[in-house]
Amino acid sequence: MFELLGIPPQALFGQLLLGLINGSFYAILSLGLAVIFGLLNIINFTHGAQYMLGAFVTWMLLNYLGVNYWWSLLIAPVAVGITGVILERLFIRRLYHLDHLYGLLLTFGLALITTGIFKQIFGVSGLPYQAPPLLSGGHNLGFMYLPNSRAWVIIASAVVCLATWFVIEKTKLGAYLRAATENPTLVGAFGVNVPLMITLTYGFGVALAGFAGVLAAPIYAINPVMGENLIIVVFAVVVIGGMGSILGSIVTGFGLGLIEGLTRVFYPEGSAVVIFVIMALVLLVKPAGLFGRTA
Amino acid sequence: MKSRFVLAALAGVLMSGTAYATDVKIGVMNDRSGIYADIGGEGSVIAARLAVEDFDAASKGINVEIVSADHQNKPDVGSNIARQWYDTEGVDVIADVPTSSVALAINEITREKNKIFLNSGAATSDLTGAACSPNTVHWTYDTWQLAHGTGSAMVENGGKTWFFLTADYAFGHALERDTSAVVKEAGGEVIGSVKTPFPGTDFSSFLLQAQASGAQVIGLANAGGDTVNSMKQAAEFGITQAGQAIAGLLVFINDVHSLGLDVAQGLVLTESFYWDMNDGTREWSARFEEQTGNKPSMIQAGVYGAVLHYLKAVEAVGNKETEAVMAKMKEMPTDDPLFGKGVVRQDGRKIHDSYLFRVKTPDKSEGEWDLYETVATIPAEKAFRPIEEGGCEFVK
Repeated sequence: MFELLGIPPQALFGQLLLGLINGSFYAILSLGLAVIFGLLNIINFTHGAQYMLGAFVTWMLLNYLGVNYWWSLLIAPVAVGITGVILERLFIRRLYHLDHLYGLLLTFGLALITTGIFKQIFGVSGLPYQAPPLLSGGHNLGFMYLPNSRAWVIIASAVVCLATWFVIEKTKLGAYLRAATENPTLVGAFGVNVPLMITLTYGFGVALAGFAGVLAAPIYAINPVMGENLIIVVFAVVVIGGMGSILGSIVTGFGLGLIEGLTRVFYPEGSAVVIFVIMALVLLVKPAGLFGRTA
Repeated sequence: MKSRFVLAALAGVLMSGTAYATDVKIGVMNDRSGIYADIGGEGSVIAARLAVEDFDAASKGINVEIVSADHQNKPDVGSNIARQWYDTEGVDVIADVPTSSVALAINEITREKNKIFLNSGAATSDLTGAACSPNTVHWTYDTWQLAHGTGSAMVENGGKTWFFLTADYAFGHALERDTSAVVKEAGGEVIGSVKTPFPGTDFSSFLLQAQASGAQVIGLANAGGDTVNSMKQAAEFGITQAGQAIAGLLVFINDVHSLGLDVAQGLVLTESFYWDMNDGTREWSARFEEQTGNKPSMIQAGVYGAVLHYLKAVEAVGNKETEAVMAKMKEMPTDDPLFGKGVVRQDGRKIHDSYLFRVKTPDKSEGEWDLYETVATIPAEKAFRPIEEGGCEFVK
């Protein structure tokens, strides 16, 4: 058996796969951020709180209404998306003509408020969520035991990411969206309801965060701070990929998951900073990010 | 105008009536918003208030004021609050302070300012060892106690080889060090460990490394959300089903409550307090639950015990002079409904029984908080590190 730097290949494959799973979360979260930034020019700092909201809605659906995980996959993102639509209508749309900084401050404040409310109601220890029977087991792949819940995360996130990319880059609706960000007045003149489109886009970006929250519910501790820990990393992913680049956020999301996974094997203490080191390097060499279109 | 005058006169009468009263200001400092907020947080403040209430301080001529602050688990934030409290706000005692790194900082400042530190929340056994201070009482638990309680029990049950998942800061390192010593002493072997960034979300990589090591026991030298996440994911990856045992080295009742019995069942853990032990603990915990909605953690119970003992010492001394009160606290045996009878040792270590619990299976649990069954009681004299082994300077 060959060994790489003292790590047996089985362990390495296992870690790569795990990295890919974490990358799935990064990809789906940074995709939501990229969609929102690309089309609305808003740096959505509430994203972490909305991810947390997705997990909590999933928990509430099961515990208050008896709705199972599979229905939650559909209902929770829609519910979280609706809160996003309300947010956009009430607050965010007032900031489109202002500097990015205002949007960032507003959404950051909203994130703190949302997290605070959940801490007040549910505490920080978190809530138990039982994975549905279909996701409870796992398969032995030879080099590692892969729980079904994790395999499902990769599949679900890859499908959602690709579908989003396809809609925005390859369909007529996506073309409208991209045109509306380029020149909203002109697109409006063609009879397209631009404000509605923007609202729904924000709602969709937020729903993506909610969807990631549903995926996280059976795997991670459901608590009000679950998004706080993740969101900073996800922002780094977006910056590395290039702000607003759809494909960039997906590819870097998965890629950085892999790199982080490897760091966990070779130098675990560094796994919390490796992404930020990469971010610094990328910014030095390519300030617009790896997939950024303009400098 | 007139009523204000009457009020002032009344206040004057009241003040002259208690002219010889001692004013005591207790600052409860802990994590009020982060991952340790449930095990301490506002609950610890409520526990301190209950102590004042039960002691009936006012009728004994002691005016107690309780203030609180959030140290955010950051030593620099905690240090700033402590200096401000001691220097300008007249705080006499700082209580609770979970998170070992912060506790060690407050320990030093309290010594420098010659005030009193009643620690309940922090785990590191250094508080009564290498970093011991004549101004500190370490009330509830410590890493040595946890390591010996859970560590010895696991080795005795055949868990000879260990792999640690260690939170990468002062507390995790201390817990791993203390547990490793126990494992080796009992004839076991530590075959590896991994330092995990704190706080973490995904522990699967580290768990897989632990699995690959083939160790019989995976020791979790972490706490709070880290423990919950690692346990949840250990179950997910079928690690326990495959025969490896998980040793939760610092698990609080709130963590077990959060994990749910399906995931946590069978886990063996060490604590100094459980709400459902006797009438005294049950009655107090019910009062606590009325105000917080949760059963108390051992940390919150410890804040109650420590504040109560401190107030008794102030009463016995007749003033709040630091040396005298500290000497009285160490001289006078402790007695409260939560920890029973005990003593505060010369090095500041509070000594009481320690318990080895097992998390109940779902079918045995009769309520939301009916979570533990007692496996063994470790008598007080064996539960904590012998004073001569701690290396505390001023007791030599």
